[in-house]
Amino acid sequence: MKKLLLASVATLALGGAAGAEDVKIGIILGFTGPLESITPSMAAGAELAINEVNAAGTLLDGSKVTAVRGDSTCVDAAAATAAAERLVTSDKVVAIFGADCSGVTGAILQAVSRPNGIVQISPSSTSPALSTVEDDGLFFRTAPSDARQGEVIAEVLKDRAISSVAITFTNNDYGKGLAEAIQTAFEAAGGKVTISAAHEDGKADYSAEVAALAAAGGEVLVVAGYVDQGGKGVIQAAVDTGAFSTFLLPDGMYGESLVQAIGSAIDGSFGTMPGTYSDGAAKIVEMAKAAGFDGTSTYVGESYDAASLMLLAMQAAGSSASADFKGKIEEVANAPGEKIYPGDLAKAIELIKAGTDIDYVGATNVELIGPGESAGSFREYTIKDGQFVTDRFR
Amino acid sequence: MDILNALVAFLNFVFVPGLAYGAQLALGALGVTLIYGILRFSNFAHGDTMAFGTMVTILVTWALQSAGIGAGPLPTALIALPFGIAATAALVLGTDRAVYRFYRKQKAAPTILVIVSLGVMFVMNGIVRFIIGVEEISFADGERFLVTAGEFRAMTGLQEGLAIRTTQAITVVTAIVVMVALFWFLNRTRTGKSMRAFSDNEDLALLSGINPERVVAVTWILAAALATTAGVLYGLDKSFKAFTFFQLLLPIFAAAIVGGLGSPIGAIAGGFVVAFSEVTVTYAWKKVLTYLVPADWAPDGLVQLMSTDYKFAVSFAILILVLLFMPTGLFKGKSV
Repeated sequence: MKKLLLASVATLALGGAAGAEDVKIGIILGFTGPLESITPSMAAGAELAINEVNAAGTLLDGSKVTAVRGDSTCVDAAAATAAAERLVTSDKVVAIFGADCSGVTGAILQAVSRPNGIVQISPSSTSPALSTVEDDGLFFRTAPSDARQGEVIAEVLKDRAISSVAITFTNNDYGKGLAEAIQTAFEAAGGKVTISAAHEDGKADYSAEVAALAAAGGEVLVVAGYVDQGGKGVIQAAVDTGAFSTFLLPDGMYGESLVQAIGSAIDGSFGTMPGTYSDGAAKIVEMAKAAGFDGTSTYVGESYDAASLMLLAMQAAGSSASADFKGKIEEVANAPGEKIYPGDLAKAIELIKAGTDIDYVGATNVELIGPGESAGSFREYTIKDGQFVTDRFR
Repeated sequence: MDILNALVAFLNFVFVPGLAYGAQLALGALGVTLIYGILRFSNFAHGDTMAFGTMVTILVTWALQSAGIGAGPLPTALIALPFGIAATAALVLGTDRAVYRFYRKQKAAPTILVIVSLGVMFVMNGIVRFIIGVEEISFADGERFLVTAGEFRAMTGLQEGLAIRTTQAITVVTAIVVMVALFWFLNRTRTGKSMRAFSDNEDLALLSGINPERVVAVTWILAAALATTAGVLYGLDKSFKAFTFFQLLLPIFAAAIVGGLGSPIGAIAGGFVVAFSEVTVTYAWKKVLTYLVPADWAPDGLVQLMSTDYKFAVSFAILILVLLFMPTGLFKGKSV
């Protein structure tokens, strides 16, 4: 009798899964740690796409998508994999959105996503090492590799007629990868890197690090670090001792908190961050405003795109199982097909159902290349009177 | 040859930061050494006592700022400092009554007291994080600089700039005042003398009618005052973060042991020895040397003995060298 009951319950459960279902997506970002000031907007960006699909109610015959958040801490691989493991085994998420920082993203990919065969899309991990990592076709990212950002930064420096720089980087996968990319590209362009030295995050005092950088000299100090962490400390110490007055700020250093902390001394510094000049970019800012968060914050567009790609690929495969939809992600993202912008997700689902090919453009002109990563375009800005003024797009 | 520029670069990047850091370490090490001399154990909770005192000072500073009270060009935290000291003294006296007195009555071995202080450290650590959080807090206000690098360049016409932050000057001045007051207290007052007697020979001191509980209480109050002052100066000069005060424990102990545990003058010397070793060993001397030697002798490399990542390793190395060759420290303190 007991067996019969169990069997019928199991049949019922299976029957339920075939039609409309509850699709859970795990959002793993560093809600605590060095990126805690930008991750809330990133999560909101992903949930914007999820809410849009839920409002349409047409995904996979009326399935409902729910987001489950987890904390990657950005720096602690053990904590991040534990959080991801919990999402997969206990919350039963079908795909992982995240993580944010390259080190923990790689750790989650190897320890959780690959063993469980789950698709993972990161909106912000930019380490070049992730391009060549073993991923069983499960890993994608909507942010460009730092190898690309290195080239862009070298171009920016060259255009501003700067011939020598000192580089300091945060001592992790992201900082190291980016520093190497910048050095390679800048030296290839004929520039001189006087020193490339690491700094540890979370210290109270960076005067010793800055003393070494100052001794090496250079026209500009490139700070490949985090805005809420050592990067800010290094800039503060460099400004205080008069060692450097102009700084180049890669993506991790973009943030209002920097201007608030340093004040007018940061004026004239410049930087790059992922961004495009497109209809999609303007659209996402509007949508974010309506949803009550800041759409110009770093990686909001990438986050929206990562979540959208996941959901559209599921529709294209007609299934929420990673093994089925992992092959569809590039197909949905790339040309040819009808162009899809933010806010068009309901239309995109209808098109896919009708068998029309789509080309997801999204907020950041997504075009996945090579091992499933965004080709990437960047915004160059200068800080003037405490405001981030956009110079051009590259 | 450009001796002036070399000197200014040296002052700006080595001497001034080293002096301020050394003064902060010396104040911390004085507290450790007092506890060791009189209560006879290494107080691991000292770093977190500093954090607690700084936390109270920050909270009072915020209250003063919102009430519109400031100290003009000086940081408001200096007005708040006495409140921080009072709260910290109350905390350590309470801890002594609740925890340490029990073990003192039992005449527990110093090792047991060290482990007890480790427990106290974790509790204080938790209290601080619970009340003020783990984020970095910057609470310095008032004038930021005495001289900025740019002003100095304009004034002297030299290529190198010299920046002196207000907090660095305050640190050094306060440290000198506190040290003079402490030595006056220990050498000239009746209570100070009884403390020294207690430290030299406990039994003899008890026979001559010195009240041990009073000596212990005064020691804790002094240690709390030194810890809070050191913590606030460090926090003003750099920034406050619960975790960094815990990290300071290592250089502080290195300073106290190098100078000789139990010797106040040793603690001060030790503080500066550790601070200047950390800064000079990890400094890249290229800039200074380039000014000093003829142009074609200028070094290509950075002339840096050790990367700045190894700063803490310097404290460790000094600690080991001193323990190997001079176990009682530079100023003949107690052997560990």
